[in-house]
Formats: sequence, C-alpha cells, structure tokens
Amino acid sequence: MSAARVPAPRPDARSFGLLSLTVAATLALHATHLPLWLSPPLALLLTLRWLGFRRGRRFPALLRYALVLTLPLGVIATYGTLFGRLPGAALAVGLLVLKLTETETRRDVHIAVAFAAFTLMSALLFGQSLLQTLLVCAALAPALATLLALQPSAGATRAILKTAVLRLAAALPVTLLAFVLVPRLATPLWGAPGMQQARTGISASMSPGAIGQLLVDDSPAFRVGFDGPIPPRAQRYFRAVVLWHFDGRTWTSGSAARHLPLEPLQALGPTQRYTISMEATRQTLLPALDMPLQAPAATRFTAARTLLADRPVDHGLRYTVSSATAYRLQPHLGARERALGLQLPGDDDPRARALALHWRTRYGDNPVAIIDAALHRFHDDGYRYTLTPPPLGRQQIDDFLFDTRAGFCEHYASAFVFLMRAAGIPARVVAGYQGGYANRAADYLLVRQADAHAWAEVWLRGRGWVRVDPTAAVRPDRISLGAIAAAQGAGARWYQAAWLVGLRDRIDVLNRLWDQSVVGFNALRQRGLLTRFGVDPQRWQSVALALGGALAVALAFGLALALREPAGERDALGRAFDRLQRRLTRRDHPRQPGEAPAHYLTRVAADLPAEQAAALRALSTQFVRLRYASTQPAPRLAVRDWIRRARELKP
Amino acid sequence: MSLLASLRARLARRHPSLLRQRPREALPIELGQRRIYVVPTAFGIGFGAMLIVMLLGALNYNNNAALLLTCLLGAACAQSMYGAFRALHGLRLEAIRAGHAEAGQALIVELRFAAPRRAHAGLCLHVDATRHDFSIAADTALSLPINLHTERRGWLDLPALKLESTWPFGLFRAWSWLRPDVRVLVYPARETAGPPPLGSGAESMPAPRSHELGEDYAGLRAYQPGDSPRRIAWKASARNATLLLRLHEPPDAQALWHLRWNALRGLDPETRIMRLARWVDEAQRGGQRWQLDLPAQSLGPDAGSAHYHACMSALALLP
Repeated sequence: MSAARVPAPRPDARSFGLLSLTVAATLALHATHLPLWLSPPLALLLTLRWLGFRRGRRFPALLRYALVLTLPLGVIATYGTLFGRLPGAALAVGLLVLKLTETETRRDVHIAVAFAAFTLMSALLFGQSLLQTLLVCAALAPALATLLALQPSAGATRAILKTAVLRLAAALPVTLLAFVLVPRLATPLWGAPGMQQARTGISASMSPGAIGQLLVDDSPAFRVGFDGPIPPRAQRYFRAVVLWHFDGRTWTSGSAARHLPLEPLQALGPTQRYTISMEATRQTLLPALDMPLQAPAATRFTAARTLLADRPVDHGLRYTVSSATAYRLQPHLGARERALGLQLPGDDDPRARALALHWRTRYGDNPVAIIDAALHRFHDDGYRYTLTPPPLGRQQIDDFLFDTRAGFCEHYASAFVFLMRAAGIPARVVAGYQGGYANRAADYLLVRQADAHAWAEVWLRGRGWVRVDPTAAVRPDRISLGAIAAAQGAGARWYQAAWLVGLRDRIDVLNRLWDQSVVGFNALRQRGLLTRFGVDPQRWQSVALALGGALAVALAFGLALALREPAGERDALGRAFDRLQRRLTRRDHPRQPGEAPAHYLTRVAADLPAEQAAALRALSTQFVRLRYASTQPAPRLAVRDWIRRARELKP
Repeated sequence: MSLLASLRARLARRHPSLLRQRPREALPIELGQRRIYVVPTAFGIGFGAMLIVMLLGALNYNNNAALLLTCLLGAACAQSMYGAFRALHGLRLEAIRAGHAEAGQALIVELRFAAPRRAHAGLCLHVDATRHDFSIAADTALSLPINLHTERRGWLDLPALKLESTWPFGLFRAWSWLRPDVRVLVYPARETAGPPPLGSGAESMPAPRSHELGEDYAGLRAYQPGDSPRRIAWKASARNATLLLRLHEPPDAQALWHLRWNALRGLDPETRIMRLARWVDEAQRGGQRWQLDLPAQSLGPDAGSAHYHACMSALALLP
C-alpha cells in the first residue's frame, strides 16, 4: 500500500522489463523475414536500452530522432518502397523497438503495448501455421503482463504472468465464438493481398534448377484424403502442369497450347475420389491425381487436363476430384497437337538429335522400342541420380546426355522428351508431385514440396498419351522412396526412427486440422456452418440477430461469472455449519438470535443423548479452532474432516 | 425545474452512486453491483480502435490466424471489463476512525476496508486531490490512513470518497462514490501568541507551581512511559526497586485556572475562541486544573485529557 501524490506513477523497471520481453518476442517472430541489416541492430538496441533503463538512464533524444529518420530510409533502400507487407513489417518492428527508447510515462508503455500487439498480428501475415499462431498468441502473455505491472500494487511478477495467462485462457470461448461469427469479406476492402508474395510450389515453367530448389523444401504442398484406400506409391503421380514448349533451356506451357480443345478422356478402370487440401501457393496450378475426370467448382481444365483455380491460392484451398488411374487420353491426335508435341528449338544439341535419328532408323516406326532404347540408355550407360548435378553448358541436352550424365527428374524428363521429339514421337513434359507420405496416425497422404517431380508423356497410336517416367529407369527408388532418400542412398536415418516418425505424424495431423478448421475457414465455409444453425447468411437481420444474441449471451455469462463468489474452503466450512444448523433447527433446536456458534452447539448438545452430545461438543470445539484459532485459512483436510463428521451426526 | 435538473434527479434516484451528490449512508458500506460503474479509459478507447484496425486488416487479408489472434486479444480485453467490476464488487468500508486536529492542520482519518470474499487488487481511493493505492488480500481487512485538509473549526463532513480501479489491464475504469454518514470534529485553531490567562479575581495568575521543590505529594504511583522524569520520587524508587512517581496534592484554589469567555470582552468571537483554545492547551500541557466558562455552559474544574477534549469540543462547536 502506498499513498502517492503524483497523478500517475512512472513505469517501473519491472513493467519495462516485461515490455522489453514482449518486443523481443515480436522481433524474434519477425526475424525470419526482416532484412539482415535490421534485426541484429534492433536486438542490440533493445538489449542496451533495457540495461540503460535499469540504471535509470534516459535515451538521448537526438540519437532517437536520428534513428527514427534513418529507419524509413533504410527500408526504402532495401525494398524501394515503404508500403507493402515486407517493408511495412520492417518499418513496424523498427518503430516498435525505437518506441522503447521513449518510455518515460505510463502512456508511452501503453502505446508500446498496443503497437506491439499490432506488430505481433502482422507476423501472421507471413505464415499462419499452427506453430506460428501459437507463438504469437503466447507473446500476448508478456504484453498483458506489462499492462498488469503498470497497475498500482500489482503483486509479484509470477502472479502477474499467471494472471495474464489465465485471462487469455478464459478468453478462449468468446474468442472461438467471435471467430466463427465475425462476417468474412468475400472481396478485400483494399489492395490485392498476397500479390507481392513469392510463389511457391511447381510453377508453369521448368527452367534448370527450378525443381531442384523445391526438392530440398520440406514444407507441405498439399494433403490428400482418399475416399478409398490410399493408392500404391507407383500410382501416386499428381499432375500440376503440362509443358509443351522448349526453347533450349526452359520448358513452358506455350501460348499455342492455350487454344487447344480439351483432350477427351476414357476411363478404363475404377476411379478414385479424393479431397486435396492445398497450402497457399499464390498461383493457380492445382495438382490432381493422374488423370482427373472432372474439374471441381471454381476451377477449370487446361486442354491437357491439368486443373487451374479461378483465383490464385492465397490461403489454402480444398477441392474434391475423381481420377481414373487407368485411362485412354486423346486416342486421336490432331495436327496442331502433333506439331506442338514435336516442337524442338532451332538446331541445338546435335548429338542428341543424331542419337534419336539413329534409333529412328534402327527401330523404324516402333515408338515403344525407341522409348525402351532411351530408358535402357538411362539405366545402363552410367547415369547418376543426384540433387547436385554439375553445371550444364549451352548445349544442355547434349551436355547432360553425353558428358555429365548426372541429374535429377527435370534433367531426365527434359532429355527424354527431347529425344522422343527428335525421333518423331509426340511427347511433352509433365510437372507435378510424385509419391507423398502416408500418415499412419490419420488416413491421409501428405505431399511435400520435396515430392515435386517431372516426368514425360508420349503419345502412342491407339493408346493416347502415356506416362513415362525416365527418372524411374535411373533410380527406381526415387519413385519408391522419394527424391532425397534416393539421392542419399538407402538406409534408415536417425530421423526415420519409429517414434520420431509417429511424433511427426501426429504433429502433421494437428497441422492438417489447423489448416482445415482455422486457416481454411472462409466466407463459404462460414456460410455453410451458419446455415446449419438456422442462420440465413444472405439476410443481414439474421446475421445481426445471431451476432447480437451471441454477444448478449456472452455478456450475461460474463456478468454471472463476475458476480459469482469463489467457493473457498472457508465458505465450505460456513456452508457446512449452516447445513448442520438447518438440520438441528428441524429437530426443534433453533439457534437464538445473536448466539455464537460454539455456544449454540454446546447448548444443543446438552439436550442430546450422551454419545451424540459428545460428538457435537467435539464439533463445536473443532469449529471454533478452525474458524478463529489462526489468521491463516484453515487446513483443507481438517475442514473436510469437520464437514464429514457434521454430516454423520444424526441428532 | 429544468429538464436537465429533472433528468439529474431521476438519475440520482435510479442510480444513486453514479453522482457524487448522493445521500449519506451509514457504515458499513458494501459495494454492490448497483453502485459500481464501468467505462473504458482513454487507453481502452485507443486500444479498441487498434483492435478494429487489426480486425479489418485480418479480414481484408483473409488471414484467419490473425483474425483468431485479434479475437483472442479482443475477448481478453472485453473480459477485463468484468475484472474492473470485480475489483470493487463485494468490498466493504467497515469503519472510520478519526483523529483530532485543529483547523488548518491535516486530520488523519483511518478507513477500514474489508474484503470478506476474495482478494481485491489494484484499488485506488481518491480523496480530495490525493490518491491512495492499495490492495486487500482475501478475507482480511486493511486500515487506510488518509489526510483530510481542514479549514474551519466545527463539524467537518467526510468528503465524498471515490474508489476506483482499472484492474487488470487499465482498459476499463470501474468506480463507485462513497459518502459515509460520518463527520469529524475539527478543533479551533490556537492563537499563536498572546497574554496569559486572566482570572476575574487574580490579576496575575501565578506561574505553574514548581512541584519539584516541595515534598508535599499525596502519594506515589508506578512510572509510565511518557511521565516527566522530574516527577520521579527517586528516594522512594530506590527503596522499591521500581520507578515511582509523585502524585501531587490537588492544586489549591489559587492554582485553578479560570478561563472565562466573559473575561475577554472587546474581542471578536473567533479571536476569543482561539485565545481560550490556547489557554486550554497550555493548561493541559502544564498539568493544570482549569475551568472553562462559556456563554451557555461551564466545564470543570477538572484536569486531564478527557477534560481537554471536552473543552476543545465545546469551543469547536460554539456558534
């Protein structure tokens, strides 16, 4: 207790320490995407400022102004602008740390906490994984503790932190209610979110090394829940994009292919129905199991039957498709398709062309024999599978086929299609994902970016487009184990231990649940959920009623909780005494007004038979001892014992 | 009656504690739900605006994790409204004990707060222009001394006390006005200097007798802390191995100070009161017996603390 004459106490070292902790957490959560010149100086400034505040030093105002002016200049020098996600975040984090150099009043701390909360939220714009969200929410605890520490006579730091965490935990029900009910925007109010963000995953072109970058990326690309059993690994080819045009270096879809008609498809066996949950890629390519029958809503087919979303996948997407694993695609090839399927750039790579011509003259018009010859060459002629191939020169295909003989899927697919085309067989490169990881804890397939793959499709008369995977000829375990395992060779690694795999499975199940229930909860899903509860999302009155009703219920519930008094042990003793008194009153032993509890029980005991009288007297003595003997609360066990004995008394 | 006044009257009737001007009430005062008011603080309003910005940002970027974070922060903050309410609810002002002070001096008043149900943290009591921060643990009581500024002698109504809390996050302020039906008596100020008492019979009062010189004491009693060491009966103490104090003969009629209102003609009433207050004080300090004659009553002759307070009260309450 203190009587202070100043209108508002200045922030003490503890609240400043908690504030510094909050800002440090914010800085750490942003560190992954801040420019390298920014984060370490900010961390240093924060530490120095913390030490300085503890010694009661003020930060020199001139230096502060200089830093405040330098920060935006540095951001502009790095990004060229102050606006947008990345420069905005850099500016916000920088200003937040600089705000700590000016914390002389409670108001400054208040502003800093509010700004820290905002900056914490902006960290989620860079990734909304379960872990990231949990970390950001956890960082709210020191923020709230800072506010608590500013209160007069706030208590010990541990108690403050506990209060902050408890307050956050108690807020969870209302949080979930609000999360479900807050109306989602179908179209953004401003800006085009996510446009500046780097695209991830398979892209619509394949330049050297493009897939190689993906192969070391362990983040999830999408997850597939199959209606039936998960198909065997060798069938798990997910097509994302078909690449027709080769310019000697890069494979692209080609502008001419855009105007082709949809290739007709005839299913030759059972079909698979499955639901894919995409991670955000910020592009429109949607993988589908080879070969999708229909395009789901809000997507469309390209001519070569790969799926395109109507809008870039900025926040994950769920779609359900049926695919046939045995099929006949485009049994009759038109002239335009044939021309595209035989396109070769200029007169590069003469040795590869010569090799193809050699096969052509040797096997004649037998495409299957030519394909076999190519695959045999890959298998037998010293080709290696490696994720770090030696660099290729100008004549890419020749260099790879005859000199380096080392590469991964994109090299093999590219060289194979080149050879086929040179030998007069229509062929095209298909990029997508292959394999995936069947989660044992839940029945779904996890496909990572590292499962990216490229293979070939060749057109055979009567059979249509047929999938050929030249990588499988070099390294069959690429298909059975996955790219990285294939590159490293077989054998169990430490991280493949059973318990670790199980743990990772479970964590991925959590991630999947998170993606489905939180990240993917868009306007459409909200509408579906509300309709199930009888709310008509089309009529605003209905939505307002639901929101208002939920708010009123939450308010009333909160008020009821606020008015509720804790049922502590002291009250337990008092209530038990009241119960005993009521029972005695029913037996014609009412308590006189103003009669002390002990006196009352002793008086009643005089009217009872000896055994019960002794018990009642013991209760009386014990009650007085529990209630009045000590200033400390009565021991819990003794109180329970008293309650039990009072209950057992049968007057 | 103007519309505003009628509105105010109705408000005061319906919500008696919203306004400072509420009828005085007897102790103990328990803070029930009808007398606690909660509004957002300036920081609360600012924080709310920032939450709205966060909400719009999260919705605009269609970022559900950010929306969840905003909802969590918003719910925790909205919940702190109940925190402020609970900080006050159930608190009792049980008793008030006032000390004595002369007009112009600070009067110390002890307010005894009790928390019969649970702990109350982050409390702040505003009296006049000062604030007193305190908190109470569950099931305990706390005496909070406050200084009251006094100006005039006579009864001083306890000013309205504003008990408030912004617990836990400073976003909402809950407050309640307390107007306990308690008044404290402020004694008149003494004049700083003036003539010694003038009795009607004796032209010059004898100086207080120097008892140390005579041996004419009526008895002995045990020494108590605070007694003048000059009155210790050293010989008797040596014989009894404890410190003993001489009790004097009751002062004779000559030693009685006769302090009379009517003897101070020609002065205005307040000056008379101040002079009488000084005489009473001097008599009390000197261990004198004195009699105070006021227009309507006569006190004494007597000596000691009770007589002193009776005299000062009578002086304080003179019209």
